[in-house]
Amino acid sequence: MRRLFAALTAGFLMAAAPLPPAPVEDRPLADPALEARAVALQQSLRCVVCQNESIAESGAVLAADLRQVVRERVAAGDSDEEVRAFMVARYGDFVLLKPPFEPATWLLWLGPLIVVLLGGLAVIAYLRQRRTVPEATALSADEMARLDALLAQEDET
Amino acid sequence: MIRRLMFFAPVAVLAVLAGLLWLGLGRDPEALPSTLINEPLPAFELAPVRPGDTDGLSSTDFSGRPMLLNVFASWCVGCRIEHPFLMDLARQGVVIQGLNWKDAPGDGAAWLVEHGDPYAHVGDDPEGRAGIDLGVSGAPETFIVDAQGRVRYRHIGPVTPEVWRNDLAPILQSLEAEG
Repeated sequence: MRRLFAALTAGFLMAAAPLPPAPVEDRPLADPALEARAVALQQSLRCVVCQNESIAESGAVLAADLRQVVRERVAAGDSDEEVRAFMVARYGDFVLLKPPFEPATWLLWLGPLIVVLLGGLAVIAYLRQRRTVPEATALSADEMARLDALLAQEDET
Repeated sequence: MIRRLMFFAPVAVLAVLAGLLWLGLGRDPEALPSTLINEPLPAFELAPVRPGDTDGLSSTDFSGRPMLLNVFASWCVGCRIEHPFLMDLARQGVVIQGLNWKDAPGDGAAWLVEHGDPYAHVGDDPEGRAGIDLGVSGAPETFIVDAQGRVRYRHIGPVTPEVWRNDLAPILQSLEAEG
């Protein structure tokens, strides 16, 4: 009941506030090659509002603004690297959906490889342990004679 | 002996993992570090919001003493929560500069008339470009800027008395002590 009341109160409060601005309309660039580059960049940049979407797919208002900024920078002749640097300067490495390979992210990138290596070593150790060594038994008289013969043959050659 | 240790190894691994995950639970994944910490404010020159003002807000307004830069909008619910407390802070002599983020024309001015005006200067950022230069991800956000115009701290979300006491006030005080 209290929860319901709280939800209703929140609802009224939000109804009283003016609505947030609508996302700006996407205006694709006229040049299809530039537009393709802009879209690829948008897909590689994380939306800082919803965090698990790229700005290409996010419905957030800020994502729409950032899509527009990407198009403007691409149209102004920025390279992909420059556009990404522009975003990183403002929002940090977090905006890159593919994080850079640097000391702080070594564990992130190499972690899976390390886990596979450790797992592999464990499997090898286990298999070696399991392969039971047959117990040594004394040679029979027959086998002894054959061994002697072979060794004698070895000596001759 | 070794066999015994081997038996406990998975338990130890699990314990370490559980500890790390437990620590992770306490972290707020939405609290992104600002890239501007200890960097000068990006340059901006914003138009006035208040009808009587000739000047809006400029990055050069941040000099001489430490100040707050508060990003607000009339449509933002969190701003409604923190606004009375910002009024208190202004009465106590804290200098607060306002950045009116992505508001429709006139809404920011109407908001200040209705709820009171705690700001020294207020600048209009209708398209949110100054906000993007500041790395703003939403409203409200509050930056502490030192007397040399460098950003020293960024708080995301409403400034409540608790946030003020625990996070913002100590930093502002130490900056004021620096001079």
